[in-house]
Amino acid sequence: MHMHMQLTPDEAARAAAPLAADATAIAQWRRRREEIAGAAGAHRVELLRAASTHIRRQVLATINAAGLGHVGGDLSVTDILVTLFDALLNIDPARPSWAQRDRFILSKGHCAAALYSVLAASGFFAAERLAHFAAPLSPLNGHPNRRKIPGVETNTGPLGHGLPVGVGCATAAQIGGQPWRTYVVLGDGELQEGSNWEAAMYAAQRGLGGLTAIVDRNRLQQGATTADTNELEPLADKWRAFGWETHEVDGHSHAELLAVLAALPGERPRAVIANTVKGKGVSFMENGVEWHHKVPSTAQLAAAMKELAT
Amino acid sequence: MSKDDNSTGFDCRQAFADELAALARDDARIVAVCNDSVGSSNLVAFRKAFPDRLVNVGIAEQNMVGVAAGLANGGFRPFVCAASPFLTGRALEQIKADIVYSDFPVVLCGMSPGMAYGELGPTHHSIEDLAWTRAIGDLAVIVPADPDETRAAMRWAVAAERPCFMRIGRTKVPAVSPAGQGFELGRSVLLRAGADITLVAIGTMVARALDAAERLAERGISARVINAASVKPLDEALLLAAARETRGIVTIEEAVVHGGLGSAVAELVSQHHPTPMRIMGVDGFAPTGSAAYLFEHFGLTASNIAQRAADLLRTH
Repeated sequence: MHMHMQLTPDEAARAAAPLAADATAIAQWRRRREEIAGAAGAHRVELLRAASTHIRRQVLATINAAGLGHVGGDLSVTDILVTLFDALLNIDPARPSWAQRDRFILSKGHCAAALYSVLAASGFFAAERLAHFAAPLSPLNGHPNRRKIPGVETNTGPLGHGLPVGVGCATAAQIGGQPWRTYVVLGDGELQEGSNWEAAMYAAQRGLGGLTAIVDRNRLQQGATTADTNELEPLADKWRAFGWETHEVDGHSHAELLAVLAALPGERPRAVIANTVKGKGVSFMENGVEWHHKVPSTAQLAAAMKELAT
Repeated sequence: MSKDDNSTGFDCRQAFADELAALARDDARIVAVCNDSVGSSNLVAFRKAFPDRLVNVGIAEQNMVGVAAGLANGGFRPFVCAASPFLTGRALEQIKADIVYSDFPVVLCGMSPGMAYGELGPTHHSIEDLAWTRAIGDLAVIVPADPDETRAAMRWAVAAERPCFMRIGRTKVPAVSPAGQGFELGRSVLLRAGADITLVAIGTMVARALDAAERLAERGISARVINAASVKPLDEALLLAAARETRGIVTIEEAVVHGGLGSAVAELVSQHHPTPMRIMGVDGFAPTGSAAYLFEHFGLTASNIAQRAADLLRTH
C-alpha cells in the first residue's frame, strides 16, 4: 500500500527537493481567479464547483499514493479552501512572503493534503510534487511546515494552535495599521481545545475586525460524533457569547461562503460556522467516521474518481 | 557583602525593563506580550511609553505564546514576558510548535525563575524550565547572571532573529560580569582561572561559585569559575578545556538536577573527555521558604559548593 517504500534513488531525490513556485500554475490560477471574479452568480458557482472537484480528485490521488492522510476532513474542508484561494485571499503565489498578503492558517493541520492540493493549484509549487506527500525527507510533511512550504503561515498539527497565531497576525495588522485580513480554518472537534477560547476572548477584546474564523463543522471527530464525545452545541451561541459576529452557512455552498466571507470587516471578529459533510463528494465516505484517516484502496480510488468525474 | 546574601544587589527585572524600553525606542518592531503580568514583569514604564506596543492577553499563556508567533509573522519582534513557571509549563507545546518549530523570532522571557517565588510553593517555582526548554529543537536557552549580562543577552536576541528563551531573575544578585563582557550564544565566560577544579554556574549561582572559589583558595585549592549563561548551545571548547585541564567539574544551578545545566555539561564531557562531576541543584519539589532559605536547604551556598568541590578532589 505504501508506495514511498519503493522510491527509486532518483525519485527519492526529487521527493526531498525544495518546493518552488510554478509559473505556469500561477498563470492558470490568475486566469481562473479573473474568470471567477468576472462571472455572473450561477456561472461563478459553477467555476468554483469545478475547481473543488479538481481539488477533491487531487486529494484522493495524493492520499492513495502516500498511503496515509485524513481524507474525510480533507473533503469536508475543500469547498472552504477553494472559495478562499480562488475568490478571496489577497495573495501572490509568486511572492509568498509579500508583507501585506492576507494570512491564511489551516489550524486543522492534519488536513494537509487538501491544503497542499490548493496551494499547488495556486502555483505555490508544482502539482506533481503532491506525489511526494509524506515521502521520506519530503518538504510536504504530514502536517504543514512554513519553512518548507510556500504559502504556509505557521506550523500546525497539534490542535488548538491556529486561532491564537491568527489573533497575533490580526493584532499585528491592527497595531501596524496594515491592510491584511487573517483567516483561520478550524476543525469542529478542535474546538474542544481550550486555547481556542482563550484566543476567542482576546480577539473580541481587541475588536479584531480583520480576523475571520471558519469552523469546518462536519460533526465528526476521530472516533465518533462530536455530540457523543464532547458536545459543542449551541456552537453559534458560544461564539456570539464570546463577542464574535457569527454566521452559519452551508459549507459546501460556494455562494453562501462567498457572501459571508467577502463582506467587509466590521468592528468585531467574525466566526463562520460552515456546516459540512465529512467525506463530501464520495458517497461511500460521506459521514463515515472510519474515513477520518482510512486510506482508499485502488478500487475505492477508482470508484471515487468516477463519482468525481469532471 | 557576602555573595550568599540575596537581600541586596540587583533585581535583573529592572535592567530588563530599561533595556526593553531602550530597544523599543530604536526599533518600532519590538512589542511586549504578557499575561496580566505588567507589574510582575516590570512593564509599567514600557506601557506608558509604548501603549500600543504592549499586548496583554490576560491570564492565558497558550494564547499569549500563539499571539507572539502571529505578531512575529506580521513583522513584529515580540518579547514575551511572563512568570517562568507558567510561560514554560502552561504553554510548552506552543513554545515547541508555534515558536521553535515554526521558527519565529520571538524572545521568551521567563520572569522570576527558579525559586524566586519560594514562599508561594512548587506551583510557582520554575525549576523544570531548563530541562523542558533545552529539549526543544534549536531553541537558544540563556540564563544571564546579572543586570549587565541580561541587557547584553537581550540586545543579542534582537539581532539574532531566532527563537530564544531567557530567564530574567528576580532574586537579587551582585554584578559579576567583567566590564564590556557582552553576550554571545555558545560562549561561556571564564570568570576566574584555576587549575585544580572547575565550577560551572549560571544565574544566581555564579556569584556563589565565585565566593566558593575564594574559600577553596584559602584551602589551597585552585578553582576555575565559568559562567555558562548560554546553556544551549554550550561553549563546548571552554568546557572541554576545563575537563582536560582540571580534575573535575561541579555544576551549580537553581533548577532540578535532571535535564538542566549539569545534564548538559555531563552530556558533553562524558562523550568527549570523561571527568568526575558533581551536579548541584534541586531534587524533587522544593518545600516552602524564601529563596534564600531554599538555597540553604538544597546546599546551594558558597560553603557547600566549596565543600562538594573539595570532596570531589579528595575522592578522585
